[in-house]
Amino acid sequence: MSDTALAWRQYRLERKMFWRNPTAAFFSFVLPLIFLFLFGAVFSGSQANLNVLVPGIAGLSVMATTFNALATQMTFLREQGVLKRVRGTPLPGTSYLSGIIGSAATNAVIQILIIIVAGKLFFGLGWPKNWIELALFTVLGVACFAAMGVAFSHVIPNFEAAPAYTNLVFLPMIFISGVFFDVDNVPAFLRDIANALPLVHVINGISAALVTGAPIADHLSDLAVVAVWTLACVILAVRGFSWSARD
Amino acid sequence: MSSAQPAITVVDLHKFYDQYEAVGGVSFEVAEGEIFGLLGPNGAGKTTTVEILEGYRGSSSGSVSVLGFDPAERARALRERVGIVLQSSGMYRHVRVREAVAHWAGLYPHPRNVDEVLGIVGLDDEAQAAALVRTLSGGQQRRLDLALALIGDPDLIFLDEPTTGFDPAARRSAWSTIKRLRDLGKTVLLTTHYLEEAQELCDRVAIIKNGKILAEGPPSTLSEASARYRVSWRDQSGELISEEVDDPTELLYRLTGDAIARGQGLADCSVVRPSLEDVYLDLTADESSEEER
Repeated sequence: MSDTALAWRQYRLERKMFWRNPTAAFFSFVLPLIFLFLFGAVFSGSQANLNVLVPGIAGLSVMATTFNALATQMTFLREQGVLKRVRGTPLPGTSYLSGIIGSAATNAVIQILIIIVAGKLFFGLGWPKNWIELALFTVLGVACFAAMGVAFSHVIPNFEAAPAYTNLVFLPMIFISGVFFDVDNVPAFLRDIANALPLVHVINGISAALVTGAPIADHLSDLAVVAVWTLACVILAVRGFSWSARD
Repeated sequence: MSSAQPAITVVDLHKFYDQYEAVGGVSFEVAEGEIFGLLGPNGAGKTTTVEILEGYRGSSSGSVSVLGFDPAERARALRERVGIVLQSSGMYRHVRVREAVAHWAGLYPHPRNVDEVLGIVGLDDEAQAAALVRTLSGGQQRRLDLALALIGDPDLIFLDEPTTGFDPAARRSAWSTIKRLRDLGKTVLLTTHYLEEAQELCDRVAIIKNGKILAEGPPSTLSEASARYRVSWRDQSGELISEEVDDPTELLYRLTGDAIARGQGLADCSVVRPSLEDVYLDLTADESSEEER
């Protein structure tokens, strides 16, 4: 069987197992949607606020379904020895990881689609103004945060510590990156930190595609920052990759 | 492929962790179709040796060949012919037993039949085959480990302490499963710290301690090698006497002759040859006394 076919088989198994694990499905899937409807209700009086919130939640979803999910999952697989077991089979590592990351990416795409429909139906946004821009920033965001999740799993000492470690990165990042409010309203030093991180740029791109309709050409600097982060995280994920837990 | 070619060749294998020498110059060969046992106490270097052969670890020096490959190169062609049961390794929790084995079958070019393998390891009743992995007992998970190692129809199977933690009944049943591997013509390298397991299953055994092989051979000859006969009897005062000799013929002739001359029986007379267990305990003696400290 070709490496691609093996990746596809792994992907299908991952999808099957994902839906059988309600806790994981809840945290990476339902939680962002709960945020969307909760804050959407709070901000329902102001279309300007909703215009910030919906792309913000879309960015949050991309991060939660990839960074949080993969950092936790890779820690689990490594600690339990599943990675070591797989390492002893003929399955190529790239096929295996493609299946796992592909499954996370699928969750990100499903989330984005649900958020678009909710934005149209409940939050006064139209259909996306620029689908290509949306796809571009979603794909790049997924690549960036997936690689970051795999790389970050090497920092997490054990599975019990995984939620604490991922939230230590996730929560501050979503709060300063303009998920719930406009970044322009935060103090300058926090804005500088946020601008150095990738999430705010993913949200800028999605916001342009969903709300303002600004062309990709206006967001090249956002693309560049996310691309640099993606490259750095891919290098860290690959170079630091370990198939077995530390002794 | 000539049958004279060993499945595994290990020559003067060393493995250092910083200053600590986990494996210190181990050499052995495993013939095709043989069940070979590495027997030794915990921390003897068994798992390190096996994980080098499995391609999980590199060696510090020495040479190893597995089915003609250097396992450190991790060739896919080698992994397609090898089945591995690790000492402990987890599995996806949300997958069913048959699903997992069928998924593994897809990783190999010429897999065995899924139901046949479930039968070999004894997970073939419908409830077990349909069970989620996270609901399996420890023994059932070990059976699944074996099923996943067998599904690719490997020529060579590594079993790292396959029955540790089993109750006696489960151990017996695992043994009969492992014996079936011999009937299938598989080569097996197993590690164990249970002596009777080595005696029961292995064609040849190497006793390993502190990273060195202390003795090697078929279980029966291992005890012969260092074995003297121990002859015990009661003398006229009723005291139990014990004497160790290489050949008991002359001593027994003298003892029985004397007893007959006296017109008495030879009370509590026994002639005992040390079992492999005695050899094993003898060879690994100071290790266990260190553990007790």
